[in-house]
Amino acid sequence: MMLAATETLSPLTGGWFLNNVWLAPVVPTIGFAIIVLFGKRLPKKGSEIGVLSLLASLVLASGAALQWIQRVGSAGESQFVSPVVRTWKWWQAGGADFTIGQHIDGLTVVVLFVVAFISTLVQIYSLEYLRGDRRYTHFFAALTLFSAGMMAMVIAEDMILFLLGWEIMGLCSFMLIGHWWEDGANSRAALKAFFTVRTGDMGLLVGIAVLFFAANEWTTSNLGLSGFSIRGISAWALSGDPNSTVILVAAVALFIACIGKSGQFPLHTWLPDAMAGPTPVSSLLHSSTMVVAGVFLVARLYPVFYTGLDILGPSSNVIMVIAAITIVIAAALAFVQTDIKRVLAYSTVSQLGYMMLGLGAGAWLPAVFHIFTHAFFKACLFLCAGSISHSASHHSFDMKKDMGGLRKHMPITFAAWTVSTLALCGVFPFSGFFSKDEIIDNVGGNGYTFFMIVGLGGAFLTAAYMTRATYLTFFGEARGASAGEHETHGDDAYAEHATHSSPHESGALITVPIAILAVLAIFSGLFNATPFGESWEYLKKWAEPRAVVVAEPYAGGPGASFVITVPRAAEGDDKSPCGIATPVDGVCYAPKLNHAKFKWSKAMLSLAIVFAGIAISWMLSSALYGRRDRRLVGLTQRNGLARAGYRLLANKYYLDDLYERGVVSNVAGPIARAAYWFNQFVLDGILHGVARFTRALGRFVYRDIDQRIVDGAVNASADATKTVGATVQPIQSGRVGHYGALLFATAAVAALVFVILYT
Amino acid sequence: MISAELLVAQNIGFSVIAIVMIVAALRVVTTSNVVHAALWLVVVLSGAAAQYVLLAAEFVAVTQVLVYIGAVMVLFLFGTMLTRARIGAERDLNNPYWKLGIPVAGLLFLAMAIALVSSFGDEQLPSDPRVVSVGEISDQIFGPYLLPFWGLSFVLLAAIIGAIVLARKD
Amino acid sequence: MLTSQFLLLGAVLFCIGVYGVIARKNAVLVLMSIELILNSVNINLLAFALRNGSADGHTFALYIVAIAAAEVGVGLAMVLLIYRNRRSIGLDELSEMRG
Repeated sequence: MMLAATETLSPLTGGWFLNNVWLAPVVPTIGFAIIVLFGKRLPKKGSEIGVLSLLASLVLASGAALQWIQRVGSAGESQFVSPVVRTWKWWQAGGADFTIGQHIDGLTVVVLFVVAFISTLVQIYSLEYLRGDRRYTHFFAALTLFSAGMMAMVIAEDMILFLLGWEIMGLCSFMLIGHWWEDGANSRAALKAFFTVRTGDMGLLVGIAVLFFAANEWTTSNLGLSGFSIRGISAWALSGDPNSTVILVAAVALFIACIGKSGQFPLHTWLPDAMAGPTPVSSLLHSSTMVVAGVFLVARLYPVFYTGLDILGPSSNVIMVIAAITIVIAAALAFVQTDIKRVLAYSTVSQLGYMMLGLGAGAWLPAVFHIFTHAFFKACLFLCAGSISHSASHHSFDMKKDMGGLRKHMPITFAAWTVSTLALCGVFPFSGFFSKDEIIDNVGGNGYTFFMIVGLGGAFLTAAYMTRATYLTFFGEARGASAGEHETHGDDAYAEHATHSSPHESGALITVPIAILAVLAIFSGLFNATPFGESWEYLKKWAEPRAVVVAEPYAGGPGASFVITVPRAAEGDDKSPCGIATPVDGVCYAPKLNHAKFKWSKAMLSLAIVFAGIAISWMLSSALYGRRDRRLVGLTQRNGLARAGYRLLANKYYLDDLYERGVVSNVAGPIARAAYWFNQFVLDGILHGVARFTRALGRFVYRDIDQRIVDGAVNASADATKTVGATVQPIQSGRVGHYGALLFATAAVAALVFVILYT
Repeated sequence: MISAELLVAQNIGFSVIAIVMIVAALRVVTTSNVVHAALWLVVVLSGAAAQYVLLAAEFVAVTQVLVYIGAVMVLFLFGTMLTRARIGAERDLNNPYWKLGIPVAGLLFLAMAIALVSSFGDEQLPSDPRVVSVGEISDQIFGPYLLPFWGLSFVLLAAIIGAIVLARKD
Repeated sequence: MLTSQFLLLGAVLFCIGVYGVIARKNAVLVLMSIELILNSVNINLLAFALRNGSADGHTFALYIVAIAAAEVGVGLAMVLLIYRNRRSIGLDELSEMRG
């Protein structure tokens, strides 16, 4: 909709927090530096700095959120709520200015708050969980740096800072997964995570470069921004200027990075292995925040994807296809896991698939809302798993071996777990219902019926595997460590605690964060409770960017100030403002999206599917694991089909083998061998050849020149002197007679000579 | 003006004395008896004195007889006696390479003869020479050649002292 | 009288003296040969003095006589010393200064 000519724009409120959100990543960075330099000498070994810096960021994020809400409130009905942008010039190269700055809008505020909040809770949780760990200080340093990196990425105004934050997160992930690197499996997992995500990051670099070179001209001349600026790129994508192939390439390249970072098929293999890191790391990085970065990228640069991949167009796009595959295969894999964290990891992969599916199908707001709710209940689930391992199963995460019947011993953990599981399954009135079901609803509403069915199937599977995990952990008979049997710890990598032989509830530092998150898991859905009517759709009001044409004042230089106009589109083209068509008299920053109308009948269908999943899974679990029903026990050994299916799942579809043996060995192996050959035969060969030549030269110089010629000359001259001396010596006979004879003989000869000469 | 007979007599006298001198000199260097060699040397020295007279150098001739024959030859004979010279012939008075002396002496004589004959040839000595008196000689000594005279006296002194020192028994 | 006859006499005596110096082993005989040489020089000097009509030759001849006397004295003293030390005066045995 366009503004009527007479309507004036109301001034938007700002605030100190909105202007200074850039402090949110800076404070933890300073905290990181302090911990690294002084942490070991501080009374609490650096953890106090970590917690305090994250609390500061949380305060900043909360303040910014509140002020943003006020800002939105102060805007007119159809006025574009412009983001709070501040930039500083970083450096200049080749005529292009590289700036660094903050871009605060609704999406930023939501994700920033999530990151700061969960980071703070996880830091508090780690105080107890990692007490006595051998690298306590380093852990807090890396955790703080991670939060700083993610917050930098979230508030980034330009793609350079975005990339910087993205890479810092990757680095911290590597450091934290490999926290206990003495165990080779942990180092391998860290490397696998790093390299897999790195493979995807190629796409990020390509995408940023393509966007820069394609958009820079348009953004500089129309908006005065560089081709790195996020809002510049967004406006350019919706202006009709981009070449469809170029923007398609850029969108696909960026999505490849998301595949790596957010664990979509086929680069999802690193996420389950990343569970080798400590549980706080799993709950912060690999469930709620870091893996969401890919989703955040798509949501942030949504116009690029919207235009490039023709979202809301007639056919399905690559994002939806990959997301759908991911949802299903990850959910299937969760059924064969015995490690509780791996179940949650595959669940995370599956839920990320949901978010991507939503974004791919044009359901921007439900996807972002799912980021919000998923963060809380997934983090809660991970922290509960950590609590169980800390206080019940003696650092074991194996459900089948060391857990069982824990609901009696760990009530708080059990309650939190149950609530979060119900939220994850999407049961009304927990938060997951409001977000996940909205995604499925909007996917179907935009016409992608097949994908909606996939989504519903995924919901069924989610309910099923989570029920299985719940049963194995909290119900049935206590097994292994939970029953009190445990072997003595060999090398104590874990926190030292007084020997308790029976499971018990964890301390306050662990249970309080869990409880807080559980409460949020229940109530966070009310931030955008579409079923209850439009007045409950707060996030839609605050976070979703309005698809309105903005007449952008652009200061072209000193004294000049004018409104940009984009050339008017052909007649009949401007049917949808802020669609792919060229906007009239201004720029668009966000595309126009659809919102499906909520119907309780649709909701009932999904709830029924979920309950069916819970019920069937409960029955099968209690039959198989509880009563040891003879029909089910050993089914995979007896039935060939079941066995084949189990093996396929247990080997993770042989994708890991494909990657490791097929790709890595066949590419890296020959390269390594060639490099080794070059080193041994060419480089070392040259070296040895030079050495041999020098030795031979030395020998030649010594033997032939020095010994024979030089010494020969010296010896020969000495011999000559001796010979001459020996020859002349007899003249000195000592006898006067000889001397006299010699004298007179010489005189006679001389006299004769003179006489002849002169007469 | 000396008369022609006197000149002839001088020539004959010279020739005879010369031949005697030469033979005696040869005997000095060839005899195998040391004492004989000394005595032949006396003959040579006497002949030399006679030649001095022919050369109108009477003072020198007298001095020659007094000093050379009187003192030097006595010294030689003393030396010969004191060094146990054998009475009679002695073998082995010559060096092993005595034959070298002949060509050397011959060569030397040849050179000198050629030089002398080609320079002086037929030159005659003055037949009426100026008589050199002793006074004239002493004028020369104590005149132009005083320094050599002093040197000579030092030499003689040194010789005396040296001879005494050398020949002392202790 | 020819000048050259005296000079030739002198030359002959000189050469005989040279032969004696070279050929003789006995120290005393060598000294005698040296006397021959000195006398030949004297004859030379006096012949020239007569030829030139000066008294220089006479002076020098006297000097030579004196020197010869001194020289013989010292020489024979040395010969005596050598005889005392070695019981022989063969000059071929005196080779201490051999180099």
